[in-house]
Amino acid sequence: MAFEYAPAPESRAVVDIAPSYGLFIDGEFTEAADGKVFKTVSPSTEEVLSEVAQAGEADVDRAVRAARTAFATWSALPGSERAKYLFRIARIIQERSRELAVLETLDNGKPIKETRDADLPLVAAHFFYYAGWADKLGHAGFGASPRPLGVAGQVIPWNFPLLMLAWKIAPALATGNTVVLKPAETTPLSALFFADVCRQAGLPKGVVNILPGYGDAGAALVAHPDVNKVAFTGSTAVGKEIARTVAGTSKKLTLELGGKGANIVFDDAPIDQAVEGIVTGIFFNQGQVCCAGSRLLVQESIHDELLDALKRRLSTLRLGDPLDKNTDIGAINSAEQLARITALAERGEAEGAERWSPACELPTSGYWFAPTLFTHVTQAHTIARDEIFGPVLSVLTFRTPDEAVAKANNTQYGLSAGIWTEKGSRILAVANKLRAGVIWSNTFNKFDPTSPFGGYKESGFGREGGRHGLEAYLDV
Amino acid sequence: MSERLSVFKTYKLYVGGKFPRSESGRVYEVTDSKGNWLANAPQSSRKDARDAVVAARKAFGAWSGATAYNRGQVLYRVAEMLEGRKAQFVREVADAQGLSKSKAAEQVDATIDRWVWYAGWTDKIAQVIGGANPVAGPYFNLSSPEPTGVVAVLAPQESSFLGLVSVVAPVIATGSTAVVIASEESPLPALSLGEVLATSDLPGGVVNVLSGRTAEIAAPLAAHQDVNAIDLAGADEALAKELEIAAADNLKRVLRPQPVDDWAATPGTDRMTAFLETKTVWHPTGSLGASGSAY
Repeated sequence: MAFEYAPAPESRAVVDIAPSYGLFIDGEFTEAADGKVFKTVSPSTEEVLSEVAQAGEADVDRAVRAARTAFATWSALPGSERAKYLFRIARIIQERSRELAVLETLDNGKPIKETRDADLPLVAAHFFYYAGWADKLGHAGFGASPRPLGVAGQVIPWNFPLLMLAWKIAPALATGNTVVLKPAETTPLSALFFADVCRQAGLPKGVVNILPGYGDAGAALVAHPDVNKVAFTGSTAVGKEIARTVAGTSKKLTLELGGKGANIVFDDAPIDQAVEGIVTGIFFNQGQVCCAGSRLLVQESIHDELLDALKRRLSTLRLGDPLDKNTDIGAINSAEQLARITALAERGEAEGAERWSPACELPTSGYWFAPTLFTHVTQAHTIARDEIFGPVLSVLTFRTPDEAVAKANNTQYGLSAGIWTEKGSRILAVANKLRAGVIWSNTFNKFDPTSPFGGYKESGFGREGGRHGLEAYLDV
Repeated sequence: MSERLSVFKTYKLYVGGKFPRSESGRVYEVTDSKGNWLANAPQSSRKDARDAVVAARKAFGAWSGATAYNRGQVLYRVAEMLEGRKAQFVREVADAQGLSKSKAAEQVDATIDRWVWYAGWTDKIAQVIGGANPVAGPYFNLSSPEPTGVVAVLAPQESSFLGLVSVVAPVIATGSTAVVIASEESPLPALSLGEVLATSDLPGGVVNVLSGRTAEIAAPLAAHQDVNAIDLAGADEALAKELEIAAADNLKRVLRPQPVDDWAATPGTDRMTAFLETKTVWHPTGSLGASGSAY
């Protein structure tokens, strides 16, 4: 007989969400100039969590001016002092990590297991890592005394709201820039809680400004003439629009965009580990990951064996309440994203691929999509080419390493790839030929503040993380 | 006895290791700084630009896959070949830029030395900008620079030879391949450089040299889906903006024009890093227990 799991919900009591939030400009929470607000909901229940001020062009201008004023003093601080502010932030995030993890799970829909064990530890680590750089920039390989750029305009996505904030703000502040950051409209809360972390850390006003809002606010921020640096993580289409906007200016630009990562499994791979890696690759964060391993390339001779094992594993995944500590698959972030995933999956069927999902009961409210895999997928299929950004895996086969490499590289993207084989020389040979910025061999979806992350081709340019991540914020 | 009549050279493009005329059949008149006729240079078309991209793409696999040591030797060979043809280039640079023999000779010397400088970089840049990252967990990873691919280069307009080599050498030193648009007014040193490259063990297609109207040739290159990056050194402000917008269509890496006071100054690494990608490869370290390694 099978034993059922008892519910094991994480307590919501640890987080206190206010009924409304303002924009965070110049150290103060403030209403939008035009008084606009929007609601943010919990994707797993559609419950309204809070009402948030919606930034417009006037607010962007106000925030940029605050950041400009703060830049003079912030950039003049000794690096060792900036470092200590960032160390403080890192420590306060560690102290408040359970609260922030629950908050993130509520606002984003991802399982508490992930926010608790992945997002929050990485957020704190990122601030801790870049804190240490602030007084060592002259040793980073960018000249004896590299200068900050000025005001950084940063626009981040909803899939890892606080982690993407950390990736943007930590290096910007360490190098002496000030920031105006726009979180995604579906996940504004953790960024607003971060504003409170800045308050607790005593960060000088205007150094960090948070502007919840929609795409129009992001566009205004990117186009603002007094912004010196633009950093964006999101879709390739918006990334291209931003690249056009900053053309002909002196604004420095880094873009972290979409992907269609190939996870390549050779016939000598350890099957059980590979299955775990495939699951991590595409079902971590409901597949809403730019570097997801959304294309499984499996060597023909082990296709059936691997697919059987994978299907068995998927049948054990637990989908449901994101706050339950046993939940593997949480909610899709928004109705809009769910519609996109649904449409692409239907297109996969319509184009002739074979669809499979484990028996899986979906909750009646909220936005849900069952783990899905497609077999009999060809390279011409839409689901093998377009980024789905959901828990949908397209399975293709290959016979030779050359064919695997050719198929893996046959995409406009170039963010991530995975290689599963016991043969060391094959790992190195294949990794060498893959045109992607991050390659995981015999593992997948690992992140670390010391490691540069970013794409080739239309996955964007510039790197975040590590020594390389400093360059985006320095006048070099 | 009458003075011997000299033999003029027909200047041609350098594409895929060959010396074609422009497929358009067009030429334009190139004069020295005083307006005296020097040559008819090919006026490249958008088709020539596309052919050059095909040649550059074809050459990319082998050139980027060559060892860094090998690339260094090839670049050094270019310097050796140039040294032997110095007199020709001194004459061409003097004519092109209205320089005295001695000033032109300085330019050519600096250009040869520039090849030597970049020849030495090929097998060092990865050590300087790559590295091992101390990740928190049972993994290790390495970040290494890799060439971005096919790079369109708008050579500087004012420095027909030293400026040209200063923007081309860093692109190919690190393994990318180049489609170069020569200085519009002074293309002859660039076209002659093609003849040097052809005899320097540089595989055909690694450098492709086009002459003509910069704006006309640059537009299809900036919009080309199989070009990975563009160096706008030879574009004015308006053209640079227009090309940067076109380049966004496939997210080319764009190096904007920067003021250069003195092309002879020792370059930094910026022109190399502008066309490098960083690849980070993760490996599990496992742990050694009784049963050996484990993932």
